[in-house]
Amino acid sequence: MTWVRGIGGLIGLAIVLEAVPRSGAVSPLYFPPFSTIMVALAEEVERASFWSALGKTLESWALGLAIAVCAGAVIGIAIGSSALLRETTRSTIEFLRPIPSVALIPLVTLLFGTTLKSNLILVVYASFWQVLIQVLYGVQDVDPLARETARSYRLSRWEQIRYVIWPTTLPYLMTGVRLAAAVALILTITAELVIGTPGLGKELFLAQTSGAYEIMYVYVVVTGIIGVIVNVLARALERAVMPWHSSLRTEAMP
Amino acid sequence: MSSDRAIQIVRQMALAMGLPALLFVAWWISSSGSESIFFPPLSNILRTFADVWFSPRIMHDVVPSLVRLFIGYLSAVALGLALGIAIGASRRMRQVIEPVLEFLRAIPPPVLVPIFMLFVGIGDMMKMLVIISGCVWPVLLNTVAGVRALDSVLEEVIRCYRIGMVARLWYFVLPGASPQIFAGMRQALSIGIILMVISEMFAASNGLGFSLVQFQRSFAIPEMWTGIILLGLIGILLAFIFRFVENWMLAWYFGLRRSQRESS
Repeated sequence: MTWVRGIGGLIGLAIVLEAVPRSGAVSPLYFPPFSTIMVALAEEVERASFWSALGKTLESWALGLAIAVCAGAVIGIAIGSSALLRETTRSTIEFLRPIPSVALIPLVTLLFGTTLKSNLILVVYASFWQVLIQVLYGVQDVDPLARETARSYRLSRWEQIRYVIWPTTLPYLMTGVRLAAAVALILTITAELVIGTPGLGKELFLAQTSGAYEIMYVYVVVTGIIGVIVNVLARALERAVMPWHSSLRTEAMP
Repeated sequence: MSSDRAIQIVRQMALAMGLPALLFVAWWISSSGSESIFFPPLSNILRTFADVWFSPRIMHDVVPSLVRLFIGYLSAVALGLALGIAIGASRRMRQVIEPVLEFLRAIPPPVLVPIFMLFVGIGDMMKMLVIISGCVWPVLLNTVAGVRALDSVLEEVIRCYRIGMVARLWYFVLPGASPQIFAGMRQALSIGIILMVISEMFAASNGLGFSLVQFQRSFAIPEMWTGIILLGLIGILLAFIFRFVENWMLAWYFGLRRSQRESS
């Protein structure tokens, strides 16, 4: 029965979004009724430019996320498995992590203009830390007994990583991937919106500046739907990769 | 004994400062003879830093940005807490509203900038609304999760003793959910800084993001670098303040976890 109530909630939202502009509480020009937005959405999905913008957005999202996850996992395991490296890099990581990635927008605009590279730098910088921090927590969570047993049996460095560190770290990595996936989407859309690299964000900006407000809302709805799909996929991935571990999973407290 | 301790402290200082110092020196040397207009020498950037920011600009650009962030962030926390406690307390409410929240939260907050611009123009109100609309979700969702995970035995005890609403909230719900709430507030803070900058990059007459874009468009490259550095410093400073407040308010929780870990 849960999902029936949930659908009721969504229908309720649609009704509110339809009724508020029609009642005249806000201007229907600035806030078109839900039905108008849906009609505009139906028209928009028939245009080729919509799909190419969607493709561009997904491309920089996926590429940026992939780079950030690989780099975060490799660097995280490398740093995490050495006490010396962990101590020497801690202050630097603490220092670089809170730097907001949007501070780099002017720099990448000058260097790379409206190309994919601009997007990637912002996306990778923002999502890399999410992965790295989780992996660092994961590696530290390895059972010391298991680590010493592996050493006693003279497992090679690679075998230690494969059979001892990796299984413990995986759940943390997955949490990192889930957080990073959402951050990467936000940064992709932001870069398109502010810098003007091709994609959904740019389409939204064009719709706003040309006064096509219902199209603007179409893109807001579309980015929301993509966001939901990203969250659902990230959770499905977590379940698929480690079916053995769904109950123990918690987000690390940094 | 005391000399051992001194060595210990020196060692920790060296470990903490070593890499940052190395990176700073590397940047300084590699950029010292730089001819590239995009990467001016670090000495040049640092000299410009004082000229640019220790001036009326700090009142004109930095303070308004921070005030908007502060008000927006606190409003978002208050709103997220109130809604989160209400939603977390009722199972039926949660089932109805969860898919709606899932959707609203998934909308990347920067896309709301153009919408708010339509309704309230480009003033302070727009920027604070954008910050609120982005920061509220992590607080809200974590509060819901925290309220749901409250100890059910304690909850029944409170009901048996007929403890009033206010006392229940103040002595049971808020403290019990606070570790989760703080986790959400930490996420919200970094989102808030991002939105502060973005909302000003779009349309503004003052603020950090506004000056950053101005520098970039007028090719004032060293000034642009100082803006990037200042934003980084602000991010670090706010994260530090947050950690301080968290350690102070959650001291009981961190202590509890430490003792649990030691006993296990």
